Amino acid sequence: MTKFLAAAIGLVSIAAAVTASPASGQPPAGAAACSGCHPVSSRVSSPVVRLAGMERESIVRALQEFRAGTRTGTIMDRIAKGFTDDEIQALAAWFAAQPK
Amino acid sequence: MSLTRRTFLGLAGAAVLAPARARAQTAGPRVVVVGGGFGGASCARALRQLEPKIVVTLVEASATFTACPFSNAVIGGLRELSAQQFGYARVAADGITLVQAMATGVDAAAKTVTLADGRRLPYDRLVLAPGIDIRWGALSGYDEAAAAVMPHAWKAGEQTLLLRRQLEAMDDGGLVVISAPGNPFRCPPGPYERASLIAHFLKTRKPKSKLLVLDAKDTFSKQRLFQAAWAELYPGLLEWVPLSKGGAVTSVDPATLTLTTDFGKHQAKVANVIPPQKAGRIAEVAGATDRSGWCPIDPVTFESKLQPAIHVIGDAAIAGAMPKSAFAANSQAKSCAAAIATLLAGGTPAMPKLINTCYSLVAPDYGISVAGVYTPTNGQLADVPGAGGLSPATAPRGARQAEAVLAEAWFRTITGEAFG
Repeated sequence: MTKFLAAAIGLVSIAAAVTASPASGQPPAGAAACSGCHPVSSRVSSPVVRLAGMERESIVRALQEFRAGTRTGTIMDRIAKGFTDDEIQALAAWFAAQPK
Repeated sequence: MSLTRRTFLGLAGAAVLAPARARAQTAGPRVVVVGGGFGGASCARALRQLEPKIVVTLVEASATFTACPFSNAVIGGLRELSAQQFGYARVAADGITLVQAMATGVDAAAKTVTLADGRRLPYDRLVLAPGIDIRWGALSGYDEAAAAVMPHAWKAGEQTLLLRRQLEAMDDGGLVVISAPGNPFRCPPGPYERASLIAHFLKTRKPKSKLLVLDAKDTFSKQRLFQAAWAELYPGLLEWVPLSKGGAVTSVDPATLTLTTDFGKHQAKVANVIPPQKAGRIAEVAGATDRSGWCPIDPVTFESKLQPAIHVIGDAAIAGAMPKSAFAANSQAKSCAAAIATLLAGGTPAMPKLINTCYSLVAPDYGISVAGVYTPTNGQLADVPGAGGLSPATAPRGARQAEAVLAEAWFRTITGEAFG
């Protein structure tokens, strides 16, 4: 089971989003959608990884491997194919900067 | 501002929304969200998170939300309806003013929403997330009285329980018929997940019974996965009749539980009629629906193409390649909130990327999924080429089990984001 769930993408940290200004500090394209599966709230129990504060490089590597098909996923392999290298870098930077 | 004060203001009406203590809030722009489902509740919360200066009011007639995802498991006897129900206390705790009332009118020129009791709520931006309404009478014989006998169960709640009770009361050996509508409709894989879980119920509890799915279409969501699983799990029990083989139901008779197609009549012991649908009524009242009954929108901002400053998200919207699903509504809600926050600050909304993730249960321990990534292309939300798609056609049973586990986690997470 673990290998199916050992995925990595993002979520919107509530705390960080609150301090962001709408004009400049919004999450990058695609980031807001991630929290439908990757929980933000500590009240939610889920085997899906929480990515706030994850290391930037591990997010990039996971998304690139899912996209290339070299990492097994249930659904992230299909979703990662929708993002470019630049978008992956932006997502990883965003989530790495969110407080855990 | 305290929750008590904000709640009080919401109940007392918009006319008094300006006490000194609330100046910081009331000085900010006002967004009214109508509809407290996956789209509306998520949008209200995202707006507050993005920009606390925005004064957000959520208008919802029900005190409790009853979720449709996983309601097929309630029908199949695998889950209780209470597991589908959520209150709005935590939404209110985010500083959102809850107004428990029916929105009955929208004045797009004056920018006000009218409630059933006559109160008017002014807005700078309005978000409509009304979900679906049934097109009563679009299928001959199917009106509200017929739904009390042949439940649609396409809005979760009492209808869900009615269908479950009918299945439980049926003698073994009975014929169950599901009528599936033509596109577009809420939850494209929903009729087929329902067929699967009813088949599971019959197989385990009333194995001499038969399930017939009469379909107004020749193709459907996750089709090859469903059909492979049906052949494996429910052979001889579940039969799907496509449009081209006479599947389209042209009329129903609730007095005799008869469904008529161009090819013949089927008399059921239990009949689940999933009827044609349209955007929830307030969208039509607001002038945001086109002749299709759904709402054309800008794919970046979700602003109505028919009414300025009114945004439409979720099932009611014409969202291009995005299906009418809870996850799509939640994803659209957050994109729409970001666009509104930017517009209210005088900026230009960025091009969004949206995601849909949808799991279906074919059996309690057998899950399948579809995913998609979307971006505005030529004025429509289009699939990002090469992304998304179905679970593998062949996979070890462990992968199907893992998807069933992920489906439950999906439900906890998305309901947590919207209501928890």
